[in-house]
Amino acid sequence: MKGLGVAVVVALASVIWASAAYLKFDLLALFSAEARTGMLQYAAGFFPPDVSAEYLRRIGAGALETLAISGMSTLLAAIFGMLVALPAAGRFGAAARAAARFILNALRSIPELVFAALMVLAAGLGPFAGTLALALHTTGVLGRLFAEALENTPRESAEALVHAGAPRIAAFFYGTLPNVLPQCVAYALYRWEINIRMAAVLGFVGAGGLGQMLYVALSLFHEAQAASVILGMLALVLVVDEASAQLRRRLASAQG
Amino acid sequence: MRLSAAAASRDPAALPRLALAALALVLLWPAIRLTEFDPATLLDPANARPMARFLGQFLPPEASLEFLALVGRATLETLAIATLGTALAFAIAFPLSLVTTTSLSLSALGPARDEPLRRALRYPARLVLIVLRAIPELVWALLFVRAVGLGATAGVLALAITYGGMLGKVYAEIYESASNRPARALMEAGAGRLQAFLYGVLPAALQEMVSYTIYRWECAVRASVIMGFVGAGGLGQQLELSFRMLNGAEACTILATFLLLVLLADALSAFFRRLLA
Repeated sequence: MKGLGVAVVVALASVIWASAAYLKFDLLALFSAEARTGMLQYAAGFFPPDVSAEYLRRIGAGALETLAISGMSTLLAAIFGMLVALPAAGRFGAAARAAARFILNALRSIPELVFAALMVLAAGLGPFAGTLALALHTTGVLGRLFAEALENTPRESAEALVHAGAPRIAAFFYGTLPNVLPQCVAYALYRWEINIRMAAVLGFVGAGGLGQMLYVALSLFHEAQAASVILGMLALVLVVDEASAQLRRRLASAQG
Repeated sequence: MRLSAAAASRDPAALPRLALAALALVLLWPAIRLTEFDPATLLDPANARPMARFLGQFLPPEASLEFLALVGRATLETLAIATLGTALAFAIAFPLSLVTTTSLSLSALGPARDEPLRRALRYPARLVLIVLRAIPELVWALLFVRAVGLGATAGVLALAITYGGMLGKVYAEIYESASNRPARALMEAGAGRLQAFLYGVLPAALQEMVSYTIYRWECAVRASVIMGFVGAGGLGQQLELSFRMLNGAEACTILATFLLLVLLADALSAFFRRLLA
């Protein structure tokens, strides 16, 4: 057992050493006197952050845009996710099920930022590209979760409606949807929270919101402004974290 | 009134649902305006034509030996960034987790010397961990690209910082979730805090720590591809280049490689974690 432990540590150390060698990564050079002063000078440029009323207003507008991007994209993803989840849950036969699952997997495994770069090509710079990019990736995630919820829900209530003569669509809306809706809404809210964080950084490839402001500020060497955008991002994330924690606590106590 | 009563007799839920839908539309309107939501721009020939050409080039993917060798080198670079980044993150996280955890607290045993000083040290260390992980790795990557230049070094540093913050917090939580009796017994018998950690805490916590670190490595592989988009080296940087040059065939090859790499990292991490359990 002890020999195995030593072997694992040695193997790990050599993999890490090989990685550093391959990247020509030199930690000592990063901490050399010259690099240190350069780094400190760069970092000092960020202080004090730009807190002029004019710029704070623009950050507020950027934060609002980020919220709008995340909200719109989550809503779109919930709608399209449900549309694809129906075949993915096997309601239209095995072939449709396989095709829908393939689409959902493909959407899910391509990261938001890659979609964003693609959508900037398709829709031009700006928040619309970010909305589409987030919506595409989130459709993949929510569609799969919705499909699982649909598969796990009891079929009796919908079947009872069909046997009583209700059309299939009505049976879905009144027999199935009420069973899965609370879970689907919970999933969508959870993804919205993640998407707010994502929307804040998607702007790096030109997809609007706070990220684009940060990218522009850094490109123009306005470090003080960049610092205030980063603080704005932090504030946004902290507020969202706190709000969702509060909401969860309240929901839990309402249920329990 | 009669109409709504008739509707209500048909569907008792209709009115609240309609009201909810109307409210949602009212809230939606500003969001639609703020996001400049306009599907027509997708069909605008100025956008649609280059996009269609770009996507049309996806098949067949670029498969010349020269390009595949380039992609292979970029893949290795991505793996190396993830591995080295996670290793440095561990080097940041482990000492900080020892400082911040309460399971090695001497003052919990009873009155200890310099108690206010020890507590005063724990809070800044916690704050450091919070700041490290609160800023997303992509922002760190962007900052480091400006500070140390384009390339893998920026990615490694960004990963080390964000994942250091995450690992540190999770390690401390793992120590605290295990029973603190062995460590307490050791410290009450006069052992030092490091000894108490090595013999009282680590044996119970090690498996979970290793498992979580492997899982983080898997996340780091994905993150290092994404960070490449802001210039932090590896596959992501190649993908960004091929997007910018509108070379669909190359983009397709790189995307396929990325998906394979993520699958591979996924399988590898699952395998190692099963081996541990």
